Amino acid sequence: MMVAADPAPLSRPIRVLVAKPGLDGHDRGAKVVAAALRDAGMEVIYTGLHQTPEMIATAAVQEDVDVVGLSILSGAHMTLFPRVRALLDEMGRADILLTGGGIIPDEDMAALAARGIGTLFGPGTPTGDLVAYIQGWARTSLRP
Amino acid sequence: MTTPTDRDELLERLRTREAEIADLRTRLAAWEAAQAGQPVRRDTDFTSLSGRELAPVYTALDAAGPLELPGEYPYTRGIHPTMYRGRLWTMRQFAGFGTAEDTNRRYKFLLERGQTGLSVAFDFPTLMGYDGDHPRSEGEVGKCGVAISSLADMETLFDGIPLDQVSVSMTINGPAAMLFCFFVAAAEKQGVPLARLQGTVQNDILKEFVAQHAWIYPVEPSLKLIVDMFEWSAEHTPKWNSISISGYHIREAGATAAQELAFTLLNGFTYVERGIARGLDVDAFAPRLSFFWDVHSDFFEEIAKLRAARRIWARHLRERYGATDDRSLKMRFHCQTAGVSLTAQQPLNNVARVAYQAMAAVLGGTQSLHTNALDETLALPTETAVRVALRTQQILAHETGVASVADPLGGSWYLEALTDRLEAEAEAIFAQVAEMGGVVPAIEAGWFQREIAQSASRFQVEVETGSKTVVGVNAFVEDREEPIEILKVDEAAERAQRERMARLRASRDADLVAERLAALGEAAREDRNVIPAMLDCARAYCTLHEIRHELETVWGAYREPVFF
Repeated sequence: MMVAADPAPLSRPIRVLVAKPGLDGHDRGAKVVAAALRDAGMEVIYTGLHQTPEMIATAAVQEDVDVVGLSILSGAHMTLFPRVRALLDEMGRADILLTGGGIIPDEDMAALAARGIGTLFGPGTPTGDLVAYIQGWARTSLRP
Repeated sequence: MTTPTDRDELLERLRTREAEIADLRTRLAAWEAAQAGQPVRRDTDFTSLSGRELAPVYTALDAAGPLELPGEYPYTRGIHPTMYRGRLWTMRQFAGFGTAEDTNRRYKFLLERGQTGLSVAFDFPTLMGYDGDHPRSEGEVGKCGVAISSLADMETLFDGIPLDQVSVSMTINGPAAMLFCFFVAAAEKQGVPLARLQGTVQNDILKEFVAQHAWIYPVEPSLKLIVDMFEWSAEHTPKWNSISISGYHIREAGATAAQELAFTLLNGFTYVERGIARGLDVDAFAPRLSFFWDVHSDFFEEIAKLRAARRIWARHLRERYGATDDRSLKMRFHCQTAGVSLTAQQPLNNVARVAYQAMAAVLGGTQSLHTNALDETLALPTETAVRVALRTQQILAHETGVASVADPLGGSWYLEALTDRLEAEAEAIFAQVAEMGGVVPAIEAGWFQREIAQSASRFQVEVETGSKTVVGVNAFVEDREEPIEILKVDEAAERAQRERMARLRASRDADLVAERLAALGEAAREDRNVIPAMLDCARAYCTLHEIRHELETVWGAYREPVFF
C-alpha cells in the first residue's frame, strides 16, 4: 500500500487573526483561544471588540494572515461569517482559512460549512482541538 | 450588676473553654498527623473553584463567627431580621428577544406563571446604542434580547403591564440613561406617578470597561452621566434603583470569586466617591445603590462571597464615606446563576447545576434571583426551559425549607472562615488598586481586564488538564447525545423592526425631534445634568441612536486597550 509522505513542516509560524465581529462584547472565549494559539507557537493578532466585517477583512489582508478566527456569541453568525468570507474572496484572499466558534447551532454550522466556511467550534471545545485543526489545515494547505 | 458569684462562674466558664480549645488544638494536631500520607482521591486537587486551598476540616480554631444577628450591622447574616419569613426573594427571570411585541408576550407568560418581577434583556444593537435600522445592527436585531429603539418600542414592551405594580429591571449600561428615559416616558403615558416606579437600571459603566464591553463614551463623561442619573432619580423616582453594581459579568468573563467581590465593590466605592464629589449627600443616593452577583458552582465559596460583600460594603460606607442611614449601609442585591457553568454537552444536567447555585444564592441572602434555563449555552431559552428554571426557584422557596430560618449556615466554622478569608482577599485587592491610583487609572491601564483574562485562561487549563472536573465535558462524557429543541430567532424580527422604525420616522414631529436633540447637546456642552433634556427627547420620540449620537458629538467615544 502506498502511503503519502507527510508534507514538509512549515518553516514559519502560522499567522492567525482572532476577531470579534459585530456588537457582541463576550470576549472571554476569543481571548482564551488567542492565548492558547499563541502558546501553541502561532503568531496571533487580536482585533479587539465591535469590528465590522470590512475592518476584519482589511486587517487580515494587511497583516497577511493564514487564518481568520471569528468568535460570535450574538446569534449573528449566519450574517457575519458569509460576509467576511465574501470580503476576503473579493480581496483576492480565498486562500485564507475562515474558522471560528461561539454559540452556533449544529444545523447552522452545517449550513455555513456548505458555504465555504471552515470547521466551527461550540462551547466546551478543548483548545487543543482548535490547535490541531489549524495545524492540520496548515500542513496540507500552506507551502512550507 | 455582676455579683462576685457571677464573676467566679464566668471565670470558671472561660477557663473551661480555654482548656477545651487547648485540647481541641492537641487533638487536631494529632488528627492532621494521622491523615498525613493517607491516600486521597486523585480526581481533584481539593482547591475551591477559584483555586483557594482548602483544609480537610474546619473547627472552632478557624473562626469564632460573628456574634451578630441578621438585620444587624454589618449585615453579614442578611439585611432583614427574619429574612424570608417576611417576604420571599423576587423571582425575576431575565428575558427578551425579537421585537417588543414578542417580548411582551413572553412577559405575560412569565407573570401568569407566578414570576414576581420583570427583567429586560436588550439585543446587542440596543445595548450599544444603535437603532434597529442602523447599518451596524444588521444581523443582530432581536437576536440576544429585545430591540428597543425609541419610546414607541418601550410602550409596546409594557403594553397591558401596569408599571406601578410590576417592578422592572433593565440590563443596560452604555445607553442606560436613554432607556431609563424611554421607560419613564412610557410610565407617564400609562398615567403612573413616577414616585411609584419600582425597579432597577443596571447603569454600571465601570464593569463594562472591566468586563462586559457595552460602552459608548469615554470613562469620565460616562461617570458624569451616571451621577446625573443618581441626582435626577433621588428627586423624581425615589423607589427606583439608579444603578446595579454588577459582579456578574466580571465573573462570567473569567474572574475568581475574590476578584468578582473586590472589583465590584471597588466600582461601588468609585460611584459613591463621584456622587459625593458632585455635592450629593451620601445618604441621599446610597440607599438606591443595588448590587448584582454571579452565583457559581462552588457552594460554600459563593455563600461566603455574598456574606462578605454585605459586611465590607456596610463597613466602608459607614467608616470611609460617613453614611449614617441604615439603608445606605444595607447592601441589597440580585443574583443570577452562572451562565458560564452551563454546558452544551448533556444540557439537561444544567438543571441540577442551576438548582445548587440557586440554593447558594438564597443561603447567601439574596433579594432577587434569576435562574438560568438549561438551554442557554445553546440559544435563548425556550418556554419549556424557562418554566423549569422558574419552577426550580419555586421548589426552593416552597419545598426545601431553606427559606424558613435566617442565615441558616451562620456559625458554620467553614463558612465563617471562608467569609473572613474572602473579606481579607478583597481588602488586599483594594490596597493593590489604591496603589495604582484607583479604579479609573487601573481600567485605563487594562489591569482589571488582564487579571480577568489570566484567570479565564488558568481555568481553561485546569479543565483541559483535568484538575477541575466538568461533568459531561472532561468526565462522564456520552458518546452520542440526543439534540434538544432550541429557540431560533429568525430574521423576521429584524425586518419588523426596520418597518417599525420607518413608520416612526415618518410619523413623528421632525422639527420637535431636532429641537429636543439640540437642547440635549446644549445641556451636555454646558455640563448641566442632561437627564431632563434627554427625557424631553424620549417624549418627542427621538431614537436611541439619535440621542447617543448627539452626546457623542460632545463627549467622543471610548477606545478599548486591546490585549489577550
